[in-house]
Amino acid sequence: MKAPLVEIQDLVVRFKGDRTVHAINGLDLTLQQGETLALLGESGSGKSVTLKTLLALLPPKRSEVEGGIAVNGTDVRKLKGKALQKYRGGEVSMVFQDPGLALDPVYTVGAQISEAVMRHKGVSRDEAMSTALDMLRRVRIPSPERRLKNYPHELSGGMRQRVMIALALACRPRLLLADEPTTALDATVQIQILLLLRELQREFGMGVIFVTHDIGVAVEVSERIAVMYAGQIVEEGTTSEIINNPRHPYTQGLLAANLHDVARGERLNAIPGAPPPLEERPTACSFAPRCPIAGPECRASLPDFVTLAPRRRVACFRALEAAAAE
Amino acid sequence: MAIAETIDAAPAQRSGYWAGVASRLRRDPVTMICLAVLALLILSAIFAPFLGLQDPYKGSMIARLKPIGTPGHPLGTDEQGRDMLARLIYGGRLTLFIGLMPVVLAFFVGSILGIVAGYAGGMVNTVIMRTVDVFFAFPSVLLAIAISGALGAGIVNSLVSLTIVFIPPLTRVAEAVTSGVRSLDYIDAARASGASALTVIRVHVIGNVLSPIFVYATSLTSVCMILAAGLSFLGIGVRPPEPEWGLMLNTLRSAIYVNPWLSALPGLMIFITSLCLNLVSDGVRSAMNVHD
Repeated sequence: MKAPLVEIQDLVVRFKGDRTVHAINGLDLTLQQGETLALLGESGSGKSVTLKTLLALLPPKRSEVEGGIAVNGTDVRKLKGKALQKYRGGEVSMVFQDPGLALDPVYTVGAQISEAVMRHKGVSRDEAMSTALDMLRRVRIPSPERRLKNYPHELSGGMRQRVMIALALACRPRLLLADEPTTALDATVQIQILLLLRELQREFGMGVIFVTHDIGVAVEVSERIAVMYAGQIVEEGTTSEIINNPRHPYTQGLLAANLHDVARGERLNAIPGAPPPLEERPTACSFAPRCPIAGPECRASLPDFVTLAPRRRVACFRALEAAAAE
Repeated sequence: MAIAETIDAAPAQRSGYWAGVASRLRRDPVTMICLAVLALLILSAIFAPFLGLQDPYKGSMIARLKPIGTPGHPLGTDEQGRDMLARLIYGGRLTLFIGLMPVVLAFFVGSILGIVAGYAGGMVNTVIMRTVDVFFAFPSVLLAIAISGALGAGIVNSLVSLTIVFIPPLTRVAEAVTSGVRSLDYIDAARASGASALTVIRVHVIGNVLSPIFVYATSLTSVCMILAAGLSFLGIGVRPPEPEWGLMLNTLRSAIYVNPWLSALPGLMIFITSLCLNLVSDGVRSAMNVHD
């Protein structure tokens, strides 16, 4: 097997301040070249923090990071200065949640894309502009020559997200991080953006980590899904494994909470309770207080991963029973 | 998909932000008139030597305090018999210079301090902003008088003291705008695409904070002009015999019972200039404020 594109080992992220927040607690994750992985979880489960850690974007004064993060063989935590700048945007780039906020309002779209291209490729402004034009074509923006001279506020939400994607891909990164890129968009535009991302991923052959809280979106774009809860991955597998045969009670709950096949007037299947406060590092299963099948062992110690198959794992004491019970 | 894209293509081509500001300004008569008056004042001050005026320094013992409309002296003469028209126009040079220069200097210094404080945060912010706060403890007039008094009279000294007076408010505004911009996604996005801290500040922070700071600075120019004239009036600014409106107001003060209209002239000039500066800065602000 080839060396993985991303290898995260036992990642711990804490935010210090008036109170400490344990955002990520021992996260392991691997991503192969050209693979698309969805990080699925509710707000505050540490999805975005994981992405920011991958880009070393967390404020160094207020955060503590432990564990190993390697992208394409480079230790991200050791990168500094010029090397870090080359890595950001060159090796790895990111698409943000709200394209209205992530594009600088005072520069034209073309200026922003070509700025990044000039920085990484060291080419002239004219060459960078033609790369920008080419990128706008690739993200299927109509009349790209004209759009190049537009300011972000002159574009619609969907167009802005296309521009954001063009900006992220302009320097041909090996890894694309997408932080809920469709959450701020209309439902009809969402699907266009998802299809576009999938196409471009194939075209460029890059690895993609796609953060979302929407199971439908995760199924649409990714071949693998990792479900996160309270700063840990609780279950990982291929998309069909997760959808058809969820083993962790949290994943099962998420799937059951889907709105689609509920009759009108019937109660929705919500997961009772709320995610735990992360002021202390969890010592037992974080999901136990909300879990319908939790036993005493779940409240006493942290569950280890049960490996069901290669690259298919679940962190639950009752993973095997739960499956047997069905 | 096709439908969405036709709608997307709808916004017409626009020829940039500043063109829009300019066209809105053109449709605002008050601002345009004030701009014209200011342009006239500034141009006549710059080109004063070529306007065929009399020597503003040459007095005449017999032609003192001639009223407005005297032949040869359309605006009369001052207490030393110097031509008022020439002195008012030449006076514009110094008055406008000391009135505008401190704001320009304070704009640069204040922006740099504020942007650094706002972007760096933490200790740097505390040191800069608390120092600035100390200056806020004094009313601006008092501060200007105190610094000028300590440095002594003179053009350079009044420039320095007025600059010091205007640095704190501009730093404050720059800091507030910068810390607002810093937490926005596009700063993170720029960092995520590999921009160094210097590039982020140079391109993305300055690009976004400069115009609000600039608009605020224009609103300070009229205050600065009045303060500068005030310092000269009090005798701690420009020294005689230099023509300067504040100073002229002071020397003509004693003639107010002899020839009241004459002694009001420098005050009128100060009034017109600061009013125009104020109205223009309001007009520019509302012309720039459209897309917020």
